[in-house]
Amino acid sequence: MSPLIQLQDISAGYDKNIVLHDVNLTVAENDFIGIIGPNGGGKTTLLKVILGLIDQEKGRVEKHPDLRIGYLPQVNSIDKQFPITVSEVILSGSTRKRRLWKSSPSDKRKMQDLLSFVGLEKEHNTAIGELSGGQMQRVFLCRALISEPNLLILDEPNTYVDKSFEANLYNQLAELNKDMAILLVSHDVGTISSMVKTIACVNGGLHYHASNKITNELLKVYNCPIELISHGPVPHRVLKHHDHE
Amino acid sequence: MNEFVELFQYTFFRNALVAAVLTSVLAGVVGSYIVAKRSVFISGGITHASFGGMGLAYFLGWSPFLGAAVFAILSALGIEWSSKKAGLREDSSIAILWSLGMAIGILFVFLTPGYTPNLMGFLFGDILTVQINDLYLLGIVSILTVGITAAFYKPILSIAFDSEFAKVSGLPVNVFNYLSSVVVAIAIVLSIKVMGIILVLSLFTIPAATANLFTKSLYRMMIGGIIVSLIGSISGLLLAYFFDLPSGATIIITLTLLYAFIKLVRVFK
Repeated sequence: MSPLIQLQDISAGYDKNIVLHDVNLTVAENDFIGIIGPNGGGKTTLLKVILGLIDQEKGRVEKHPDLRIGYLPQVNSIDKQFPITVSEVILSGSTRKRRLWKSSPSDKRKMQDLLSFVGLEKEHNTAIGELSGGQMQRVFLCRALISEPNLLILDEPNTYVDKSFEANLYNQLAELNKDMAILLVSHDVGTISSMVKTIACVNGGLHYHASNKITNELLKVYNCPIELISHGPVPHRVLKHHDHE
Repeated sequence: MNEFVELFQYTFFRNALVAAVLTSVLAGVVGSYIVAKRSVFISGGITHASFGGMGLAYFLGWSPFLGAAVFAILSALGIEWSSKKAGLREDSSIAILWSLGMAIGILFVFLTPGYTPNLMGFLFGDILTVQINDLYLLGIVSILTVGITAAFYKPILSIAFDSEFAKVSGLPVNVFNYLSSVVVAIAIVLSIKVMGIILVLSLFTIPAATANLFTKSLYRMMIGGIIVSLIGSISGLLLAYFFDLPSGATIIITLTLLYAFIKLVRVFK
């Protein structure tokens, strides 16, 4: 299968203020890429380009015709007082055979499975405002998963999750990675480097080379603020920070 | 009791009652939507901007509500456009349209020679002067609003809750946003006849907020909003009639007291 999504020489930003410069990134089936980088380095901009929420100033985005994105936004971007229940949130993520009023029985079954997957079976009728931050995050994970995506994009999924659930979440992600590629954005380098297959650093630019090995030395040279922990598969690709200033 | 039965023999009272029922439907459905979406302030801007259209229509001798509707829709689309595309901060563009509309309205009312229209009626509404034609229009718009909301409930809910996610999952977010702006604008303008420019916003806010005390689901909030609005506007109308008070103000005060009472009961229960 050809790559799910391919960014070629992408420059993007807001109001002519370009924060991403000549970025190349390829996401293939079953990749698990951790995107890290300092605040203001362009992580969010990169995500928005991939999600199609903003247009790039320059470069090309190629998407596989069968690309289905599941998206978990940052929880703090959500209005917690909005009158909506857990099941309504999850079902709003269903895109196939879209129903206008009622959800299909198969979607409802999928929702039940997802709720038990994240351990929230009892909360399906709860208003989202009554959930804790971590529970809310799990609900949004279910919403991202109900459309059976082949690319799951997570924006800072560990912001609200307590430490005990965090390990749980990462086990679940490893499980999900068997069926879909995962792109995970985080400022918390320590935790993600232990689980992802690849780490990409966004700091103005991002370069993604297919066969390099990542080392502490290399990361220091490229000003990428991470500490490498070599659990699991050794990262097999590397990104370079190219200074444009 | 006799006096109560007699009331229904008067056309103006029957019209007022039907108007109260129809605006309650609009207030429950559209009001819950704008309360949920936190666009009450935008709706206030649209309402006041529409006064510009009323004044202009008066000056030109057209139907004031047609003028108001045109101004309301244009300002709804203008706010949506100017904050998204022109980079103007949303609350600033709302405030500008809000006062500009009022200014244009006053200017044209002032310039209209001879007969001065009843300003109090526009500003505070008068449900007892509702005509049969107003009712037809209100009826059609109520049916359309309920129909559109029911038919597209799922996408409307998704977009109102998280428009970015909705966009990613392929919903035509912009189309829905413009469409809902137009529906909100028309619903508000038609309710102006009953509540007036200044009071109409409360009719769209208080019932929804009251229903929100009981339920945290948008469609139940809409149904609850209709019921609360019906109770408040019919009892307000009766109070206004029997004590000879201004109808719009009485309805709003009744609704507010109802809200406060329920809120208190729930706090102390």
